[in-house]
Amino acid sequence: MNFILAPKLCMLRTVLAVGQLPSEVGLNHYLLLSALLFAIGFFGVLLRRNTLVVYMCLELMLSASTLAAVAFSHFNGSMDGDIFVFFIITVAAAEVAVGLAIIVALFRLRRTVQLEELSALRH
Amino acid sequence: MAEFLFYLLAFLTVLAAAGVVVNRNSVNAGLSLLLCFVGIAALFVQLGAYFLAVLQVLVYAGAVAVLFLFIIMLIDVKGSDPRKPYKKVAAASGTLAAALLLTGVLSLVKHGQLAGAGPAMTVDVGGDLKDYGYLLFTKYLLPVQVTGFLLLIAMLGVAVLSRKHLEGSGTESQKAGNGKQEPGGIIQNPGAGSQNPGGGLRRREPSP
Repeated sequence: MNFILAPKLCMLRTVLAVGQLPSEVGLNHYLLLSALLFAIGFFGVLLRRNTLVVYMCLELMLSASTLAAVAFSHFNGSMDGDIFVFFIITVAAAEVAVGLAIIVALFRLRRTVQLEELSALRH
Repeated sequence: MAEFLFYLLAFLTVLAAAGVVVNRNSVNAGLSLLLCFVGIAALFVQLGAYFLAVLQVLVYAGAVAVLFLFIIMLIDVKGSDPRKPYKKVAAASGTLAAALLLTGVLSLVKHGQLAGAGPAMTVDVGGDLKDYGYLLFTKYLLPVQVTGFLLLIAMLGVAVLSRKHLEGSGTESQKAGNGKQEPGGIIQNPGAGSQNPGGGLRRREPSP
């Protein structure tokens, strides 16, 4: 019993030690996370075919960029980035309202929100 | 403890973000988006920006995600993506974007910490609401005014966009109804079915 559990415990301890090896979460961690979230949102914009989901992914990209701005502001000891994120959140709220109104108007006109079927400008 | 919390929150946020992209059901994607916004708010708390975390939860998770879910409930009848192969352009641009992103991340990892960005200098920065008010009304007074005006314009724009065009009430439809018929005519959207429940909205076909 013990010699079965011992390697696992040892492995767990190693994983924990490796996990704590970067002793402090720095700016790079947040930038990497922000880039990852931005990339996920970007691929969503590229790959999805529902206009609403594409718009959600755009919001995801915007949120990822605000995370990077807050991280920069925090690690530079300044408050300007926080203020800018405040403005970005305000503008994003207005933008979402207008964009969703446009999507609703589009749906009223064409009865669909699938991007493949919205090809009126392709000539 | 802070490192463990960061990794846990980052993992959850990335998982939720992947859920937005991967889920074929739009409602599930919207709920994943909500979870992702909450995760980002928790990361803001980790960064000491408490006011922004509250704002993120209130505005993004409370208003934006709920608005998305509301619109999905309102218009998304099919609710899912059809399984069709992607086009070559989309695949090529996706590959190119992945390569560019990988290059950027690798260069970031290779060059290590950015210059001049040590550990956090002030712990309580961004936490004081008084500082926000002071900065907003002194240094950033003009942006505050512009943002307020922008919100007003957005409100008016949404009201105009979501107005229902009744038949014969708007100037455009009057003009179209009085003028002579164009070669293409004014036909109803072919996919709309027999009746037009959208309140008399019609689409003009491009003349061939």
